[in-house]
Amino acid sequence: MRLSYSADIKVIQVPCTGRVDILHLLNAIEDGADGVYVAGCLEGECHYIEGNLKAKRKVEYVKKTLTELGIEPERVAMYNLSSAQGARFAEIANEMADKIKALGPTPVKNTHAA
Amino acid sequence: MSELKSGSNLEKVLKAGHFAFTGECGPPKGANVEHLIEKFQYLKGNVDAVNITDNQTAVVRMSSLAASKLMVDEGLEPNFQMVCRDRNRLAIMSDILGAHALGIRNMLCLSGDHQTFGNHPEAKNVHDIDSMQLIALVKKMRDEGKFLNGDDIDVPPKMFIGAACNPFADPYEYRVYRLANKIEAGADFIQTQCIFNMDKIRDFMKKVVDMGLHEKTYILAGVTPMKNAGMANFMSKFVPGMDIPDSLIKRLKSVDKRDQAEEGIRFALEQVEEFKEMEGVAGVHMMAIEWEHMVPEIAERAKVLPRPVV
Amino acid sequence: MIVADRKSLEEILAMVKDNKKILIAGCKGCVTVCNVGGLKEVEILASSIKIARKKEGNDIEIDIEVLERQCDTEYVAGISETVGDYEAVISLACGVGPQFLSEMYKDQTFYPGVNTTFFGGATQHGVWEERCAGCGTCAIHNFGGLCPIARCAKSLMNGPCGGSSNGVCEINKDTECIWDSIVRKKMEAGRLEDLLGVKGIKDWQTARDGGPRRSIREELVQGNI
Repeated sequence: MRLSYSADIKVIQVPCTGRVDILHLLNAIEDGADGVYVAGCLEGECHYIEGNLKAKRKVEYVKKTLTELGIEPERVAMYNLSSAQGARFAEIANEMADKIKALGPTPVKNTHAA
Repeated sequence: MSELKSGSNLEKVLKAGHFAFTGECGPPKGANVEHLIEKFQYLKGNVDAVNITDNQTAVVRMSSLAASKLMVDEGLEPNFQMVCRDRNRLAIMSDILGAHALGIRNMLCLSGDHQTFGNHPEAKNVHDIDSMQLIALVKKMRDEGKFLNGDDIDVPPKMFIGAACNPFADPYEYRVYRLANKIEAGADFIQTQCIFNMDKIRDFMKKVVDMGLHEKTYILAGVTPMKNAGMANFMSKFVPGMDIPDSLIKRLKSVDKRDQAEEGIRFALEQVEEFKEMEGVAGVHMMAIEWEHMVPEIAERAKVLPRPVV
Repeated sequence: MIVADRKSLEEILAMVKDNKKILIAGCKGCVTVCNVGGLKEVEILASSIKIARKKEGNDIEIDIEVLERQCDTEYVAGISETVGDYEAVISLACGVGPQFLSEMYKDQTFYPGVNTTFFGGATQHGVWEERCAGCGTCAIHNFGGLCPIARCAKSLMNGPCGGSSNGVCEINKDTECIWDSIVRKKMEAGRLEDLLGVKGIKDWQTARDGGPRRSIREELVQGNI
């Protein structure tokens, strides 16, 4: 199954989304990412019990922070899918890419080259 | 209780064994003296004493001390309410002396509704002492002629000391013991929270009588006539410590809207009749909230007129 | 521990709006334990401020430092070499920290990044509750080990008031009526007599009302106080 998805997305692998930290998401935005999303396992199916639920709360925190800063919270998102759902992975990637394109480039301007 | 403690009319009425009937009046949200005095006229001659509320529900109003003095001038007897929320012990003692100097002879000692309910929730509250300690303080000033620090008071303030009791707050089993504590602290009379649940008050008064508390203090049962089913609903939902049985709300709803006030008064009158016979109850405290003009009719129909002159 | 909440980004950003180079100083004491002023939170605040400033096209340089404790002069002295390099410092310690810093480094501006709220503990992960009012005269043993000064909305020594309903305080349905708990505990232990009689009036001189307080352990003091 060779599915194509938006080339604008850079994938960073982690063993479990529970490893994703608020700081990872903030740093991505800080460094000029137009959006960042976390793709975790389906809720209730985390191999580490509740890693994906922790990730969900962290994503919420970052959304709130962005709102406070006057930045569209939609630039950060949480998705849940199983590792068997390759088609869904591609669909989410394209959906997120479309959403970000609609929002336009990040208002976080980097003076140094990103 | 051979000698009079304060010489107030309320004390004399109770001591003479009459069934007491007290009223309530909230000072204005302003300095409108005329309106206040107009409200007094509805109460004059129809009650033995009138509670003057002290920034009730933590909403700023004319001071209870000033309104009590205005009442004295009009020839009515005030029951000066004092809450611990707004005064420290210095202000409390000074206001007690001031109250006596102005001819006020009854005081009701309260903790006070929390300021979060009121119109200045940003306020810092005081609570230097609590209502129980306030009762003991007034008693110390009156009977020992001393300030809290032990210094002598040249002319001690003579107050008939009142306290509140809410038999409908939790934990219910403890309420009668808390009442006992207030009596031990020095409460000469008790005014209860508005009573609507008659089953519960019967049970409560039985406990009071079993402990002999009614022989150590005068207990006045709190009665509030409902103006309509909406008021009953509101109080049931939003006023803390209120126990309003569904049966009462149903009863009010069962009659036409125009007749609900009459139905509310009828229920209150039935209550008064029962309290006249209930062991341990020495009188009724009629809280016709913002309904002072109905007091003459209520007193008449409750057959508590004329008020005794003692 | 001392519990605090972080100030809003809006308030913090306004504090440093004219600065181009700041230090954010965390503390490894209480505020690390209550997840408001430790290394993680210092980094999050730094990143959040940078995002905001980049958005404005007004970059800011931020260094971070987490002191062992900001309430001890020896640790506060640890930044003496570098503190002068910044236009301002945001402290994420409790209210003690920025004061100790201000007292030691008189020429520097220190902003409080948190609102210090109470002495308490975590009742569950992420939830802290007040337990102590620091009144200076502890008497919780008289109340079943529960403090009515800190935990009753009216600090009643002789509660519960008439607003207690189903174990809940009248001010808020999420606030426990501590007097309900005290009474029930005594009743269950068959020690109701402990609550009979009037608890005397409290001497507030040991509390904040007596003026700023000082504790001295003479056996530890070196030199003059």
